[in-house]
Amino acid sequence: MSGSNSTVRLAPAAAILRHTVLLVSGALVLVPFVWMVSLSLKPPGEIFRASFSFWPAEFHGVENYTNALTEAPLPRYMANGLIVCALILVLQILICVPCAYALAKLRFPGRDLLFGMVLVGLLLPHQVLSLPLFILGYQLGILNTYAALVFPYVVSPFGIFLFRQFFKTIPDDVVHAARLDGLSELAIVWKIMLPIALPALIAFSIFSVVGHWNDLFWPLIAVRDQSLMPPPLGIMAFKNEEAGSDYGTLMAASTLVVAPLLIAFLAAQKWFLEGMTGGAVK
Amino acid sequence: MASLFIDSIRKNYGPTSVLRGVSLSIADGEFLTLLGPSGCGKSTLLRILAGLEVQDAGSISIGGRTVDELRPKRRDVAMVFQSYALYPHMTVASNMALPLRMRRLSAIQRLPLLGRLLPGTARIAAEVDIEVTRTANSLGIGHLLARKPVQLSGGQRQRVAVARAMVRHPAVFLMDEPLSNLDAKLRVQMRAEIKELHQRLGCTFVYVTHDQAEAMTLSDRVAVMLDGQLLQVAAPQDIYADPADRRVAEFIGSPKINMLDCVVRERGSIDVAGSTLAIDAEVLPGVPLTLGIRPEALHPADHGGQGALTGSVLSIEHMGSDLFVHLDLAGVDDPLIVRLPADRASHIAPGQTLHVGVRPDRVLLFGRDGQRLRREVESGRASVTPIREIAR
Amino acid sequence: MSEPLAHSSVSDKRSRTGGVRTFPSPTASPARRRASTEALAAWTLAGPAVFFLFVLFFLPGIGVFVIALTDWQFGARSLSFVGFANFGEVFADAGFRASLVNTITYVLIIVPGTVVLGLLIALLIESGRSLRAFYRAIHFLPFMATLTAMAVAWEALLHPTIGLVNLTLVAIGLPTANWLGDENTALPVLAVIGIWQNLGYAMVLFLAGLKSIPQDLYDAADVDGADIWLDRLRTVTLPMLGPVSMFVVIVVAVRAFESFDTVKVLTQGGPGHASEALLYTLYRESFEYLHAGYGAAIAVVFLAIVVTLTLVQARVVDRKVHYQ
Repeated sequence: MSGSNSTVRLAPAAAILRHTVLLVSGALVLVPFVWMVSLSLKPPGEIFRASFSFWPAEFHGVENYTNALTEAPLPRYMANGLIVCALILVLQILICVPCAYALAKLRFPGRDLLFGMVLVGLLLPHQVLSLPLFILGYQLGILNTYAALVFPYVVSPFGIFLFRQFFKTIPDDVVHAARLDGLSELAIVWKIMLPIALPALIAFSIFSVVGHWNDLFWPLIAVRDQSLMPPPLGIMAFKNEEAGSDYGTLMAASTLVVAPLLIAFLAAQKWFLEGMTGGAVK
Repeated sequence: MASLFIDSIRKNYGPTSVLRGVSLSIADGEFLTLLGPSGCGKSTLLRILAGLEVQDAGSISIGGRTVDELRPKRRDVAMVFQSYALYPHMTVASNMALPLRMRRLSAIQRLPLLGRLLPGTARIAAEVDIEVTRTANSLGIGHLLARKPVQLSGGQRQRVAVARAMVRHPAVFLMDEPLSNLDAKLRVQMRAEIKELHQRLGCTFVYVTHDQAEAMTLSDRVAVMLDGQLLQVAAPQDIYADPADRRVAEFIGSPKINMLDCVVRERGSIDVAGSTLAIDAEVLPGVPLTLGIRPEALHPADHGGQGALTGSVLSIEHMGSDLFVHLDLAGVDDPLIVRLPADRASHIAPGQTLHVGVRPDRVLLFGRDGQRLRREVESGRASVTPIREIAR
Repeated sequence: MSEPLAHSSVSDKRSRTGGVRTFPSPTASPARRRASTEALAAWTLAGPAVFFLFVLFFLPGIGVFVIALTDWQFGARSLSFVGFANFGEVFADAGFRASLVNTITYVLIIVPGTVVLGLLIALLIESGRSLRAFYRAIHFLPFMATLTAMAVAWEALLHPTIGLVNLTLVAIGLPTANWLGDENTALPVLAVIGIWQNLGYAMVLFLAGLKSIPQDLYDAADVDGADIWLDRLRTVTLPMLGPVSMFVVIVVAVRAFESFDTVKVLTQGGPGHASEALLYTLYRESFEYLHAGYGAAIAVVFLAIVVTLTLVQARVVDRKVHYQ
């Protein structure tokens, strides 16, 4: 019944203008991606000959991508990224969801204080804490390990906040019914609340994975060994090593690092938009 | 001031037909209500009248002028929305002034800052202010002009919405469920105010609602809509007492009309629920019909059999002045609901057997297609329909 | 009337779940017992989160302030409290002041650029019905892409001799530049990359804002006579987007303040200090030069800015509530 058709019936000229502007701005936005892919297919000689053509005269894609996978060593970086993101996400869910449930559905002394703590945590930019966290990692002797990449993020104030907001919308009677059916509080969290909160779980997972896959700041501080580097740090290290001489391989490596998230995004646009902005809109 | 003529309007949303050829003419100064359950197409029809949506077929004319090609602005209609649709960032005064400013000031004069410097702008703006104040005062919201909508109560917002519609003296007022966001008490009060407003302004009102009490109390005529079609257009008392269609009879009235399957036995008598009633159906014997009888048209009788129905009392609902007795009739699925004055029914208890007499002049007969079968009602026994009761 | 029905349905449910559960008879006040078990359960559930919030947010938060008041250097065995000397030093340092000015300049370019372009694109997308998802996806891509990798791609685009940007400029007869190597262009170029990255984010927020404008308001504007595009924009769209816009401004500003990746990958703050941004200065002082106390002082300044912005945003959210 929404009568929005009255708002979107454009005159043909206006419609053409709309498409023209959006296609041009879209094309401009895509230029870096296109250029990156284009260079990743070209041999060094052709890159330095500097031409406009997108498609290489001599196809060098196989070599570039093979180099990226063997020399860079990109599979290692990607595996590191995967391991770190997965560890962070699992720990965040394990730690944040029960806390969010307690904040949303239980009455206990100190609840407001705890929620206040979460809000303050939400306010703190993580980079500000990097120095003490670095010292903490040093004291624990875990610098330059996977643990160093993971530990600052095991609790996410944003995650607690997001899940609490979602749990608040679930009627209390659901919890009461579950208690009458004999479920423990822990069982209520995992068997009742989390499945109902699946949309929030998906949104949060996307938010978390995208954020940590793309993060450069903390890995730069936390690890030195190439074998531990997540993709952004790996790309940077590789770039510095090659000093710009092997553009084709560098571009191939960049393409491979960017590709997984972009493909996932294009496949599940709606979820990604929710995950990346859901918290902001609330 | 204008009459309104709606000619075979059709509207589809994709495969679903929302309006299936609606025709209706509304007299100048009439208060017409479009009544129907949600999703019946009444709001769509109103939006088409306003020009907010375009019909797929058919034509609308307002005041003798075909308006199908005209934008809402040019149709000389004003609309009060269910949500009031007040601009939240503007004061009451600016909300009310907007329709006047949009019409009287040119695009350049409406420019921020610069527009104010142009010749004529100040004079027109002052006139607009005067008219806004006058209208606001006439609706008793003069003291609210400087407030924003968020600072108003529900009833005040409703008045502002009406004021915004009123301020430019439209020929036709369109109202889309304007009272549905108010609480019950306020709704009754605003209902009276709208009625008073209509009498004062004397212009044409088209009012959409799903609430039969609103429709009955406000309207000169009610148009009952269902599934995109007009079932009946008539004065409120006729809609109640003389429905043209089974669906109209069932939609109007609370508690609902009793519907019983019946068969014509012979000329002048009908078999229903194990009894025989003396009713002339003017159809051939053996034809199955549906008999409708309103709860207040039944009364306790001393014995069953001829002219009365017999059943056992299922439950009794006390409504204060009246009671609703639910009777289980043999061979009938739904309980028969009987409305009795409380003082005449104190002896009735659940489980007891009760005979109820039927007033033949109040019986409504419907064919299997739902069409009403008209009968000649004996002139001496014409019924008086208690409109007040159903309009509670 | 519905009473008996309600009763029967309740008893049905009970018989299905095996009768009424009997609770152990309480010895003391049952209400208090219930409350204390609930509190125990709550703290058990929240325990891990509380512990880590404390260790990973609150101790470090306090730690930053404490370190900022000392002359501590990484690896040093001793430290002494120097009061606000670090802050004095930070603000006296021309390098830091340049970094602060750079960051503010950077924010002042990115915020208007991102907000205006994001709003325009959102309005254009929403003004028609076809290809909405397609345009939205394209413009949002940069926000999803790993910025470090995309910085590498931008470097190739901006390469003085073989980059597409200069090739194009030469082709149409315009002067070229060494974009990242020239102190006049390095910062603006980084800001353009920032706009490129955040544009889609602003767009999506605006699209959500546009969606939440009630259709009734447009209808009312139509009937009131505000029916041409510009009038609708002025009467309904822009005022209703006001709160969202303020929100977008703050969020983008915070993101601009936090930009680090492009500086680190593309310019390392150079040439000279021309593109040095706060977070990069913080990183370099703390972890490259190992001036812990000095770095912590920068962190405190940075925190103060971001918190101020976020609190402004909280006020804006209040205003948003007011509107409705």
